[in-house]
Amino acid sequence: MMPSAGHPTSPSPALTSPSPTLTPHLTQSAANPIGTDRLFQGAILTRSRWCAVMAVLLLLSVMLVMLCLQLGTQYIGMGQIVGLLSSALFGTASESDALRTTGVILLQVRLPRVFLGFLVGSCLAAVGVALQALLRNPLADPYVLGVSSGAALGVAVAVLFGIGTTVLALSLLPVCGFSGSLVALLVIYRMAASYDRLPIHSVLLAGVILNAIFSALIMFITSIMEPNRSFGMMAWLMGSLTAPGYPVLSALSAYLLVGLVLLLKQVRVLNVLALGEEPARSLGINTERTKRVIFLLSALITGAVVSFSGMIGFIGMIIPHAVRLVVGADHRLLLPASALVGGMFLMVADTMARTLFVPSEVPVGVITALAGGPFFVYLLVWRKDRLA
Amino acid sequence: MNRHHGEETRLGHHVSASMGADRAYDLRGLYFCYGRPGALDGRWVLQDVTLQVQAGEILGIVGPNGSGKTSLLKLLAKLAVPQTGDITLFGRSLAVLSQEETAHTVAFVPQEQAQLFPFTVAETVLMGRFPHRQRSRWSLGFGWEDQDDCRAAAQAMETMDIAHLAARLVTDLSGGERQRTMIARALAQMPRLLLLDEPTAFLDLQHQIDICSVLRRLRDERGLTVVIVSHDLNLASQYCDRVAMLKDGRVAAMGTSPEVMSVEILREVYGCNVLIDAHPESGLPRITLPGPSLLLHV
Repeated sequence: MMPSAGHPTSPSPALTSPSPTLTPHLTQSAANPIGTDRLFQGAILTRSRWCAVMAVLLLLSVMLVMLCLQLGTQYIGMGQIVGLLSSALFGTASESDALRTTGVILLQVRLPRVFLGFLVGSCLAAVGVALQALLRNPLADPYVLGVSSGAALGVAVAVLFGIGTTVLALSLLPVCGFSGSLVALLVIYRMAASYDRLPIHSVLLAGVILNAIFSALIMFITSIMEPNRSFGMMAWLMGSLTAPGYPVLSALSAYLLVGLVLLLKQVRVLNVLALGEEPARSLGINTERTKRVIFLLSALITGAVVSFSGMIGFIGMIIPHAVRLVVGADHRLLLPASALVGGMFLMVADTMARTLFVPSEVPVGVITALAGGPFFVYLLVWRKDRLA
Repeated sequence: MNRHHGEETRLGHHVSASMGADRAYDLRGLYFCYGRPGALDGRWVLQDVTLQVQAGEILGIVGPNGSGKTSLLKLLAKLAVPQTGDITLFGRSLAVLSQEETAHTVAFVPQEQAQLFPFTVAETVLMGRFPHRQRSRWSLGFGWEDQDDCRAAAQAMETMDIAHLAARLVTDLSGGERQRTMIARALAQMPRLLLLDEPTAFLDLQHQIDICSVLRRLRDERGLTVVIVSHDLNLASQYCDRVAMLKDGRVAAMGTSPEVMSVEILREVYGCNVLIDAHPESGLPRITLPGPSLLLHV
């Protein structure tokens, strides 16, 4: 009765297919269809809905990028932007001096900054989605959990020991950020392992404690630095999107895109993990390995992001939450959609940061914290039924 | 389906190996504790558990709080690994099967718990198709559900009477609806074995009866083997083919319900007197708590 050993990729038929006694029921339902299409209509994520939502979001992203490129201390019209971008792409030289100055502003300052904002926002939102599913906790976010401050500490230590601003040194900073965020995630992983799932308040508590320890160490480091360097450090810590040059920026984006794609490969596993650890294991997931992979990817991405943009808070929490309300909980759509919306959100927030109070510039972290903090309180107080 | 009722009422002696073909599970000398054995809190949760689950039977696991029922179920689902002893699943050692291979044969429904993420009922049931997902290098792990998946999920939802809830969010369901969704998720997995932890704990009477009759129907139609952990002695007595009664991590009694549900055994295991008479319909033992006057004489 029992077939011999089955291979995981080609399980023996008797294990997987319904037993013969079931077939009459199936043929009966084929003759008199249950109507699976009608049953699942609007109830599950289909490929066409995925494509539609992603297309809308991509279109919206392109439109917002264009808008953000126009705004700044100097307004640049849409026609000029298109002209300058195409001449930069196809190598035709611009004629007038005025146009050349505008070109420098657009291509050397504004474009990399808008691009960095989008990238950082995407990464933080995607990591937020992954951590929320993994910890089964809708408030998880790299900033709240102390992962960001861990990365910041790593970078601060590196700067203290005099890692300069050469391209080689800049590529070392993400590694230091990664080590810092990995330490924070290991502590949280250890806590998550000792309870079955992290109760909501333990996560917040762990975050508070980690944040307190890391910020104390960061403050210690900044206080023993020379004053002018410590000022730059404080500005960076509050979250700023001062873009590096194109070589560094392209290296960073290649690195982050690989991370995002690897994270995207885990989406269906994230769905099942969100059910709970035991159900996930009973569905055949090696949860320990999956957790390690996702924690490692989160640390890599957060470390790199923080080393360039400082501590930008709450994006990893607000964005997934808002997107989940609209597109549903399926991570196949939630993760890429949150990445796009997170990118748009940070890009717009940064545009506000650099245009609202001209000539001074507000750190973008201030704006995201002012938007995210109240939202966090709202979730914690008025939606606590959903937080279990 | 050839079931072996009452071959062994008390465990500890092994049945001849020729019966192996009909055995879904064969557990021998299991010792299990959480954490490290020998540690200060390393109390054995299960001790010297030896029992068989026959293919196509409904086995009830009952016992007082903390007697190791849920832990035993977790061992069967390979969610935990015993320190000593071995478990074979249809003749193959569970220790060498991967989590994924086990998932093709065994489905596990945990105790009812609140859901945090707003998946729809249909999405949740379709997650049961995870072990059967399509995999290819370029699918990015998206593994979109195909017709087979939808058909299996739809059938599981019909069976559990939740088809009308397909588009509802699991976060908005009542406890009973959520429990039926989780069982449907397990059925969509197309398992040969279904393990349920307190499946009726949050259900009203009608749905308790519904679930029990669905399980019996699945046993008859598909030859599904079911292991239920339950607090409800009457449910175990009426609906399970055999009952294993645990006390302090050991099997105190094992057999058909008339063999296990006796005043003496229940007094020994639960430490209290109960009244047992025959169920007016089935003739199987019916367990009743003693009235106030009897309580005084315990």
